[in-house]
Amino acid sequence: MIELEPRPQPSRALMWLSPVIAIGLTLAAGGALMAAMGRAPGQALHVYFFQPFEELWLWLTLPADEAAMWIYTPAEVVVKAIPLALIGAGLAVCFRANVWNIGAAGQYTLGAIAGGWVALSAPADASGIWLVPYLAAGALAGMAWAAIPAFLRVRFNANEILVSLMLTYVAALVLDWLVRGPLKDPAGYGFPESRDFDAAFIMPVLVEGTRLHLGLVLAVAACIALWLMMGRTLKGFEVRVMGAAPRAGAFAGFSRNRTIWFVLLLSGGLAGLAGAIEVSATIQQLQPTISAEYGFVAIIVAFLGRLNPLGAMFGALILGVSFIGGENAQIALKLPKAVTGIFQGMLLFFLLGCDTLIRYRVRLALPARA
Amino acid sequence: MENFLFAMVIAATPLLLAATGELVAERSGVLNLGVEGMMLVGAVVAFAVANQTGSGTVAVLAGAAAGMALALVFGVLVLGFMTNQPATGLALTIFGIGVSGLIGQSFVGIALDPLPRLAVPLLTDSTALGRILLGHDAMVYLSLLLIAGVAWFLYRTRAGLALRAVGDNHDSAHALGYNVIAVRYAAVMFGGACAGLGGAYLSLAYTPMWAENMTAGRGWIAVALVVFATWKPGRLVAGAVLFAAVTQLQFYGQNWGIPVPSQFMAMAPYLATILALVVISRDVNLTKANAPACIGRPFRAER
Amino acid sequence: MAAATSAPGTTARDTPLLEARNIVRKFGDFAANDDVSLSIRAGEKHALLGENGAGKSTLVKMIYGVMQPTAGAFFWQGARTVIHKPAEARALGIGMVFQHFSVFDALSVAENIALALPPQPMRALSRRIREVSEAYGLAIDPRRAVHTLSVGEKQRVEIIRCLLQDPKLLIMDEPTSVLTPQEAATLFGTLDKLAAEGCAILYISHKLDEVRALCDTATILRQGKVVATCDPHAETARSLAEMMVGSEILWVEKEGAPEPGPVRLRVDALDLPAASEFAVTLRGISLEVRGGEIVGIAGVAGEGQSELMEALTGEVPVARDDAIAIDGAPVGRSGPTRRRLARAAFVPEERNGHAAVADMTLPENVILSHHTAEGLARAGWLGSWLDFAKAADWAARVRAAFDVRAGAEDPVAGSLSGGNLQKFVVGREMLRAPGVLVVNQPTWGVDAGAAALIRRALIELAGRGTAVLVISQDLEEIFSICDRIAVIHHGRLSRLHPAAEMTPEKVGLLMGGARPEATEISDVEAA
Repeated sequence: MIELEPRPQPSRALMWLSPVIAIGLTLAAGGALMAAMGRAPGQALHVYFFQPFEELWLWLTLPADEAAMWIYTPAEVVVKAIPLALIGAGLAVCFRANVWNIGAAGQYTLGAIAGGWVALSAPADASGIWLVPYLAAGALAGMAWAAIPAFLRVRFNANEILVSLMLTYVAALVLDWLVRGPLKDPAGYGFPESRDFDAAFIMPVLVEGTRLHLGLVLAVAACIALWLMMGRTLKGFEVRVMGAAPRAGAFAGFSRNRTIWFVLLLSGGLAGLAGAIEVSATIQQLQPTISAEYGFVAIIVAFLGRLNPLGAMFGALILGVSFIGGENAQIALKLPKAVTGIFQGMLLFFLLGCDTLIRYRVRLALPARA
Repeated sequence: MENFLFAMVIAATPLLLAATGELVAERSGVLNLGVEGMMLVGAVVAFAVANQTGSGTVAVLAGAAAGMALALVFGVLVLGFMTNQPATGLALTIFGIGVSGLIGQSFVGIALDPLPRLAVPLLTDSTALGRILLGHDAMVYLSLLLIAGVAWFLYRTRAGLALRAVGDNHDSAHALGYNVIAVRYAAVMFGGACAGLGGAYLSLAYTPMWAENMTAGRGWIAVALVVFATWKPGRLVAGAVLFAAVTQLQFYGQNWGIPVPSQFMAMAPYLATILALVVISRDVNLTKANAPACIGRPFRAER
Repeated sequence: MAAATSAPGTTARDTPLLEARNIVRKFGDFAANDDVSLSIRAGEKHALLGENGAGKSTLVKMIYGVMQPTAGAFFWQGARTVIHKPAEARALGIGMVFQHFSVFDALSVAENIALALPPQPMRALSRRIREVSEAYGLAIDPRRAVHTLSVGEKQRVEIIRCLLQDPKLLIMDEPTSVLTPQEAATLFGTLDKLAAEGCAILYISHKLDEVRALCDTATILRQGKVVATCDPHAETARSLAEMMVGSEILWVEKEGAPEPGPVRLRVDALDLPAASEFAVTLRGISLEVRGGEIVGIAGVAGEGQSELMEALTGEVPVARDDAIAIDGAPVGRSGPTRRRLARAAFVPEERNGHAAVADMTLPENVILSHHTAEGLARAGWLGSWLDFAKAADWAARVRAAFDVRAGAEDPVAGSLSGGNLQKFVVGREMLRAPGVLVVNQPTWGVDAGAAALIRRALIELAGRGTAVLVISQDLEEIFSICDRIAVIHHGRLSRLHPAAEMTPEKVGLLMGGARPEATEISDVEAA
């Protein structure tokens, strides 16, 4: 029998080691899964997790003229990581307050819709400055969508997990209706999609030969700002106290309701911003599916980053690797896309299990004898 | 109208099955948000087994077993390692979506004969009520038997009393000598089996085919139904029927000439879920008096 | 003669009912019980005395089969017995009434009792519950939901649950800590009757007078070891206390009446509706606390103390701004921060999770209550920035001034022992030199050393002109430090009485709900 014994103090070392152990266990279990599916585990894991790092290494070490081609895949990892980091950092703050915004996918979708609406209704000769209202509209729409669970929680005590989650389905249906109806491209041969955004609404690319875009700067800035807020300001302290002990928060003079509003609007706004950035940077139009699953994967990002906004940046990179690896494996190994989801679910399982070690020692206990 | 009501009974069945299991788990003090994932895996496994063996009974049992297998993973983490219950439930859903997608990739687009219907001679066809309520497949009646059995178990048996006690105050139950962890394992596994059954019903009877994410949020609605029913088995049946009626609106709304885009009709069950949560949750006394006091709280026995 | 007593099959009176021999119980490296031996005869009322953390609860949990000893053995009626689980203990005839009752709020009285008994029809059980409750003067309706019962009634449920098992040994863990003196007297009657019928009682307490009145034998534990076994009738409360604590203990007594200062805390006809069915409504609460005095509010658990505390801290603001005034300034509608800026300080009952955050360090826990009032958060660019250096300095000063001991360099609050954490949260507020200090249960569940230190500090603080309001269920504490006393019952507060005019009996009557007017009249008549 396994027995847990509380540690006198939570272990700081294990708090940061836990994700490393969890990633290791996920790779081991993933290898076993590959073997069970009749693939060579070594090769599969190589394609999934190590190829992007190898290419990054080549880019760093080869002479400049040969190196250029190898930056594309590592840059793609970062491109995937940008929305994940934005959403994950917001969710990290939200979960710290013990408020469970599970509906980031819906807030992301609304952000994309609102941004798209700005882009599609702007004058044809719009200048680059229009990107500002475009992004603002995305963030505001995300906030508005998150305001619904916030209001219902504060006013009626309705569970924010279920409300925010239900709203992701509603958001997906709203998008579906728009691209098949009001926002459908009349010249689109009947495809359910909007017309392409004008050049003013495309995120500027930072590195020639890649898709790495300005969103990176925004994501890094957001993560650093939230990290400072959580560690150094009274607002961040309020969020942490409210999550750890709401009664102590009331004793400190903080308002539970204000915290709920704050973290939901913050995480919703960042998810909305991520949605606007993502459609602008990658598909440059509205379609029925716009990678809203980032909203769910960002939950893993937040946990992998120890519910720390700066940690979420690294968590986002790791999940970015798993997405690119999944795409590579689909091509190279004919592995279905669903395998990526299995890896991600296992990672969260192992991570939650390993986090128990922060507070408890695990002991193998023999049945007690008298 | 008759068709609508008939379809409503069918649509209520998977919700009722999944919610029955979640009700038992929550009554023991465990919040399992992985119902959606367990339903999906139950659905795909049942479909695969039906496709391979041709036996509906074996397929249904396989679906239940698959749901239990996932519930066991959840139980080990939440009960053995005391992990955060909402987060672990989410992980289970993400995992379940992945597993079902992987298993189901070779079954997309294959059709299956639906489960046979049980017809009672004379009664089934002679009256409208007979046509709506009788003549369904066996699982419809199984789901009703199951919820009746759960109600009897919770309120009329000693084991049911112990389960309620564990959910109300696990420290006291432990002090009286009840094995809190064992009771919760049993409840979580039962919940998994029921979710698996609910999933199996979707892929075997409701729409006899497999499609990715075919549960479309029904697992989450089942969780909400338990809150809506204020953790009482009787109200669960009423809730499931109500939600099923709302779900069917999207298919029948257009026939009835309601001039709303189909997407908005499809939103109805999700919006109804939110509305139901608001209506129930706004009364603090109602939820406080009925919610199992230990829900979501980890337990560790000092030995 | 010797042969006769050891012959098999004899039920000689001097064979102990239960004997514990050299019991050891370790948690990691810490020995909660270290070579503990005791023996209990049938019909004996045996006290188990000791401070918090002395190992009393650990020992009885092993007797009841909730835990297993690391070493040593139990002998039941002379035979070596291993008690693996509570069901086995109950089968032997051991019943236990827990300190924090093991009752289930959501279930009925009958269901609560059924859970501890072998399966049987509910109707027959309800009949037996009625019979036993009448026979022992423990009236209760088996159909009632337990969450509607008072604390005393919940204890009855526990006792009836034990009595229905025809116990040979009844373990009572701190049974009177939640009772009024009158309810306690009724309980003693029940216990005497049981003992006369041959049932042994193992009575755990740290209330010395009670033990001296009730028990025939006392085993005294200190730091997990048995330090004495004695006849409590032959001891004084003081000598028992010294055995419990180990050294000459400091009795805290307040000398003389204070100079009456100005009114610093005024509560005027405060009403507060209950937040839910499970809370208490406060009605017409009025009191004044002057600088330099300590006012005590007595009462059994759950009579509105938590609600009153939340109204006083501002966690739950009240409708009328002038219902609460600090130094004359109305603050009824203000939150805790505004009240702290008015130089009020508060110590809630719950240390972990209310007065402090278990997962946060001590400097962070200073920020918790002092962020604005003591300038630990400074307004700056984009919000208020925390001053961790200043917070660390505060924490160090509190630790030094109040002798807060911890195992680690920079410990989280949750790793401190109860007494040390209580010294920290009380010290944190006292070092502000507040004008008004409100403390709920200042020494609940802490060791005698910490309790004496805290009580002395409260008296000193009042001596420097602070108005101190102490809410406590511990009558001994109220009488030892307070100048004036009121009693809370069903959300209403009695008039304030000078401590010198009050006796535990009078307070007990008020705690049990006697009309305050009636006591006032008898006061006048007595004077």
